[in-house]
Amino acid sequence: MTLGTPRHGSLAGKISCVIVAFPAANAPQNTGPRMSQTTAAPADKPWHEIVLAILKANDVKLIVYVPDRVLTKLIAALHVDSFFTVFAATREEEAVGVVSGAYMAGLRGAVLMQTSGFATLPNALASLVAPSQIPALLFVSERGTLGEFNLGQALVAKTMRPVLDALAIENHTITRHDELAFIVDRSIKQAYATQAPVVFILSPLLTGGKVFAA
Amino acid sequence: MSSAFHNLNVMSRLDLTRRLVALLKRDEAVIGGIGNANFDLWETGQRPQNFYMLGSMGLTIPIALGVAIAQPKRHVVALEGDGSLLMQLGCLTTVAMQAPKNLTIVVWDNGIYQITGSQPTASQSTADIVAIARGAGIANSAWAAEEGEFEKLMAGALDGGGPSLIAARIDGEPGVGKTERDPVAIRASFMRGIGGKK
Ligand SMILES: Cc1ncc(C[n+]2csc(CCOP(=O)(O)OP(=O)(O)O)c2C)c(N)n1
Repeated sequence: MTLGTPRHGSLAGKISCVIVAFPAANAPQNTGPRMSQTTAAPADKPWHEIVLAILKANDVKLIVYVPDRVLTKLIAALHVDSFFTVFAATREEEAVGVVSGAYMAGLRGAVLMQTSGFATLPNALASLVAPSQIPALLFVSERGTLGEFNLGQALVAKTMRPVLDALAIENHTITRHDELAFIVDRSIKQAYATQAPVVFILSPLLTGGKVFAA
Repeated sequence: MSSAFHNLNVMSRLDLTRRLVALLKRDEAVIGGIGNANFDLWETGQRPQNFYMLGSMGLTIPIALGVAIAQPKRHVVALEGDGSLLMQLGCLTTVAMQAPKNLTIVVWDNGIYQITGSQPTASQSTADIVAIARGAGIANSAWAAEEGEFEKLMAGALDGGGPSLIAARIDGEPGVGKTERDPVAIRASFMRGIGGKK
């Protein structure tokens, strides 16, 4: 596949339905004032407000992260919202351990990270989350593509999809603002219903990404 | 260096695990780490509130922290080997920062990676687990010098006022039990045992 090609795993069929329902789907990104079909989150809000609203709507209260610049606004908004318990872990796999324990004890959680953080996770995913069937929600800010300036980030990013494919973990690369609410809301519900983890890869097309400060 | 261990008895993990389980009166959750911690926990009887780790080395304490945050009224005990803890030392700083009153960490320090062939860990010679935990911010961290002191520290820790860490110098024996190799069954049983299934 070419860099940055959106991939929606098993939701592909449903997404094409959405495109049929909204002929304006090719309109410029991040501007459409459409309401999402499936959630209370209006599509004219910034992406991070939509994510926060959907987490809340799905009762996902525990947020553990290792920071990424692109996630700054989301993390800041989560920290000041008393609905959420939010803190940083020292490593991404530590965060996965925390949300796994919390899930087993009845509290829903999500992990926020960047691509290089995901690259530290295969062991925790393959030896805890996947075999135990724990519906961990992982949000990955996608670095390493669409204008990356750091060669190391670009190479690390290439390890992510092969790992997800090898473990057959449901994942969605989210590039379009108008699809964000649908994908995240439906996939969170599916994760808990099917007791399976899900990974949301937040493309620079959605978030703006991080650009080289020349 | 001056050894932190000069006045510590070398004890048995299975014996201490039995003593610990005997102190559990309020359906406390116990997470048994990879290495031998989960085997000896299994051997003491399969309490429904036990979770046995078959992988994810180093994540015993993070998993226990997650349970403790989710259920503040239930006490949670993490049983971790020295080698596994050394792999994920950062989690001690997270525990200290979150400061759950209902979390107790027990470190079985045999100074070796026993299960992989008894290779030496840093805690055999240079690293002091309790000093590390205090430095990470878990003020309530102590060595148990002998069995009676272990029980006293454990009973105190279970009364709340955590997080606390108790380290015990143990011998190089392998674990005794044989944990069932079924992660889904282990997870489901644990969830039922602690009422995590809604
Ligand atoms: C990430 C990772 N690295 C290495 C291993 C192999 N391994 C399994 S248990 C273990 C040693 C655990 O040592 P410790 O926690 O001290 O427990 P003990 O064996 O002494 O009971 C190792 C190295 C592993 N399972 N996962």
